[in-house]
Amino acid sequence: MNRRESLKLIIGIATVSATATFGRTRAFAQAAGPFTLPPLGYAYSALEPNIDTMTMTIHHQRHHSGFIANLNNLAKTIPDLGAKPAESILANLSGVAEAQRMAVRNNLGGHWNHAFFWDLMTPGGGKEPDGPLKAAIDAQLGGFAAVKDQVTAAGAGRFGSGWAWLFVNKDKKLQIGNTPYQDNPLMDGGRGAVIGVDVWEHAYYLKYQNRRGDYLAAWWNTVNWDKAASNFAKAMA
Amino acid sequence: MSFSLPDLPYAHDALAPHMSRETLEYHHDKHHLAYVNNGNNLLKGSEWEGKSLEDVVKGSFGKNAGLFNNSGQHYNHNHFWKWMKPGGGGDKMPGDLEKKIVADLGSVAKMKEDFIQAGVTQFGSGWCWLAVKDGKIAVMKTANGESPLVQGAKPILGCDVWEHSYYIDYRNRRPDYLKAFLDHLVNWDYVAQMHADAAK
Ligand SMILES: [Fe+2]
Ligand SMILES: [Fe+2]
Repeated sequence: MNRRESLKLIIGIATVSATATFGRTRAFAQAAGPFTLPPLGYAYSALEPNIDTMTMTIHHQRHHSGFIANLNNLAKTIPDLGAKPAESILANLSGVAEAQRMAVRNNLGGHWNHAFFWDLMTPGGGKEPDGPLKAAIDAQLGGFAAVKDQVTAAGAGRFGSGWAWLFVNKDKKLQIGNTPYQDNPLMDGGRGAVIGVDVWEHAYYLKYQNRRGDYLAAWWNTVNWDKAASNFAKAMA
Repeated sequence: MSFSLPDLPYAHDALAPHMSRETLEYHHDKHHLAYVNNGNNLLKGSEWEGKSLEDVVKGSFGKNAGLFNNSGQHYNHNHFWKWMKPGGGGDKMPGDLEKKIVADLGSVAKMKEDFIQAGVTQFGSGWCWLAVKDGKIAVMKTANGESPLVQGAKPILGCDVWEHSYYIDYRNRRPDYLKAFLDHLVNWDYVAQMHADAAK
């Protein structure tokens, strides 16, 4: 037994006894597994006033962590889930056993989308794209103003829960669209998302209630265009 | 016939603390109103103009997504307000309904458990239901603006599980909202009335 294995064993014993002794520990013991909640790269309050502190806190600590807990449970019976890159699983969901496919789609999609979303936002964001991304937007989609309008319309037009996206499609072209639930462009053969915005009501209800349009207008002020540029470069590579 | 927003059958603060005044102000006065207005705009000049609401919902399903979404939600919300009342919920319900629930679903407790499970597992926006299908009461769930009406069944009780229904009062805790709905809000008399109508 090497050092790491023995350490694992010790932790395992500690977990079992903690679970047996304190019911409260059970939730954490069950959540253990290959998936962990990625930290935000900024404070929960950092996106004020565009996105409020309470929304960011609940969205990250409750909604996103819910996907993590579900994934760790799923990983007990799907060893590949924690071992393969999320992108390759999402791009090939038909490779997941049918009985578990919807759960993987919803929860791995939910995890990937939210991690992508946190990374795409930044305090002091909301400038404009530049470099190769700007050039591609100008050439293919008629400029940034048109992209802003169309992504906003895609978000406003998604009835119910979903996301709006600017993404690189399988032909290496920029495209705008929306997806239901926790789906994303990777599931549809897309090479990668450039920007994406959560339009589930939980993303905006505490501050904007029924005014999804106001949330989308404010959300543009948070976009980290350096991150969008690197998302674009990765999708085109 | 165009759609119009019905008044709530009780005051906006009548369902508190289980459903707050603020939730009902947004849910009824804003969300439902938007479905009515959008539905009317889409109905105008369509082949369903002048039809009953149920016929618009069933007819537009799969044919006109915008009209279906808005008319479907108008139908769902019209009943949703009436499926609740101050001091409602619990296990006390008209005898005929209770007998049928026990016969078709095992027990009232089992019905409640299955209803909550349907609501919790509806991923994203949607509804959970009791509906009459093939002469039996069944538990169902549907996405977005759909309802048992477009699945060959007649709804007798529905609970809105769009986040706008519970986010102000319960945040992400949908199971707590569903439990409060069953324990404190359901108007079983209206459910029994719809059940009797569905059996006709
Ligand atoms: Fe979200
Ligand atoms: Fe609603």
